[in-house]
Amino acid sequence: MIEIDKVCKRYGDTLVVDTVSLAIPRGGVVGIVGPNGAGKSTLLSIISRLMKSDSGRVLVDGLDVMKTPGRELARRLSVMRQENHVAARLTIRDLVAFGRFPHNRGRPNRDDQERVAAAIAFVGLDAMADRFLDQLSGGQRQRAFVAMALAQDADYALFDEPLNNLDIHHAVSMMRLFRRMGDQPGKTVVIVLHDLNIAATYADRIIVMQNGRVVGDGAPSEVINGHLLSEVFRVEGDVIEIDGRRVVSVAP
Amino acid sequence: MPPDRPRSARLVLVAVTSLAILSAVAFMTLDAKGPWSFILTHRGIRLAALITVAYAIAVSTVLFQTLTGNRILTPAVMGFDALFLLLQTSLVAALGGAGAGAIDPRLLFSVECLAMVGLSGLLFRLLFRGEGRNLPLVVLSGLLFGALFRSLSSFLQRVMDPNDFLVLQGRAFASFNVVDPSLIGVAALLAIAATIIVLPRLAELDVLVLGRDRATGLGVDTARLSAIVFAVVAVLVSASTALVGPTTFFGLLVANLAYLLIPSAQHAKVLPVAIGLAIVTLVGGQMLLERVLGFGTALSIVIDFVGGVTFLLILFRSGRR
Repeated sequence: MIEIDKVCKRYGDTLVVDTVSLAIPRGGVVGIVGPNGAGKSTLLSIISRLMKSDSGRVLVDGLDVMKTPGRELARRLSVMRQENHVAARLTIRDLVAFGRFPHNRGRPNRDDQERVAAAIAFVGLDAMADRFLDQLSGGQRQRAFVAMALAQDADYALFDEPLNNLDIHHAVSMMRLFRRMGDQPGKTVVIVLHDLNIAATYADRIIVMQNGRVVGDGAPSEVINGHLLSEVFRVEGDVIEIDGRRVVSVAP
Repeated sequence: MPPDRPRSARLVLVAVTSLAILSAVAFMTLDAKGPWSFILTHRGIRLAALITVAYAIAVSTVLFQTLTGNRILTPAVMGFDALFLLLQTSLVAALGGAGAGAIDPRLLFSVECLAMVGLSGLLFRLLFRGEGRNLPLVVLSGLLFGALFRSLSSFLQRVMDPNDFLVLQGRAFASFNVVDPSLIGVAALLAIAATIIVLPRLAELDVLVLGRDRATGLGVDTARLSAIVFAVVAVLVSASTALVGPTTFFGLLVANLAYLLIPSAQHAKVLPVAIGLAIVTLVGGQMLLERVLGFGTALSIVIDFVGGVTFLLILFRSGRR
């Protein structure tokens, strides 16, 4: 369980995360949606202790993320942020192997190597595992970073806009992959998403953020509606239902 | 982009190590005139100094580049060795030549080292604070700081008492040819201490190559690691500067050559090769220039020239991306 307790964060005068309190229990896929600048990425950074909140605290399985030793936390929680540039020249295999670092402290054994190979195969990069990252397309690199998070094998996996740079084929296969991750016993996937249809199709629960606050929270059928389009995203459009799934169609 | 032939790291290491040993042997024996006992001690001291310097510069540069997440900046480019010179100069100016002369040079050096760790830490924070740091700006301010420190040193040297200046000259103006023998022992000890501190942290440093946030996400205490490794860098820079003076582009040259030769980002593989290359360049270069080509003083100029060209090449290449 991730417990977020009255977390606030401001940049200068702007309150980017405004007293957010949430509980994310174990299991399933949780999508976070909201307009640009709603504070989604900041909240994700605070949960994963990459950023300090100004007030409030975050507990992961009862452990305060700012006070728990990094290694302990890294085995429970993984995070992948948007930017995917690496200064050093690494192969896909090198990169994904870093995911095992919280478990082996840089001394990989056979089990680690197998898990790394499995993670690379899982994202469909096994044919090019020894290529360098700078020889990959944006989408391939993105998948390599997802494979690293897979190899980390944490109970809570956080992804910040993992579908950037991906065409619809790869976006869908990645969401299926997250779905499979979230369906494993005890594993939870939290994803910041932009595409409402993707969120509605794959997430069990959707959290809506606007101006640093949580303004909606629930199953896709409860959250994806006309109100969300007009009030939060300020677009005109319709929400239709196909086979029990909510589908957003914006007005031309 | 050239095709990537996976070079064996071990092969590179063996080749570089053999070259390093070869240059050390040549340095000791080539063109020896006079009694061996004299030659071996005389050259041995210089060899020890050169190797210590090569070690300190190679290690400090690679570590510094890992900490700052780029391959253009080095402690020397950022003006850290100029800071050490300024420290030396101001210490002599403050104590007076007689005062500074009365103190054991090793004690003085230790004090300078400590001050260096503190001051360069401050400089580092100043240059690298904030998240949106921009590389050209950091390079520029580093060069500016270097110029500032050099100007301040030379200003102090101009207004200082001529007798004090003589003491300072004896102490501080070392070069590849004139090594201060009293400090070799301390410098070598510091280098060994640095190794002992850094060795168990190499795996964490490997992770740091991914960037600070990712390393944190993988459970590395980046703030603590940076502080420790940075202190080590400051001490190593002090050691090399005290022995042979500033070497602006030397570290950049050997570090980037090592990255080029080694197909891996692992410090356990890159560091030994960088050290070996540094020894080959310094000891072999000095040997070639002195004994084969018969030049007296030019090594630092040659290294800075080649290193400077490398610096520009890297800068242009990274600008084009």
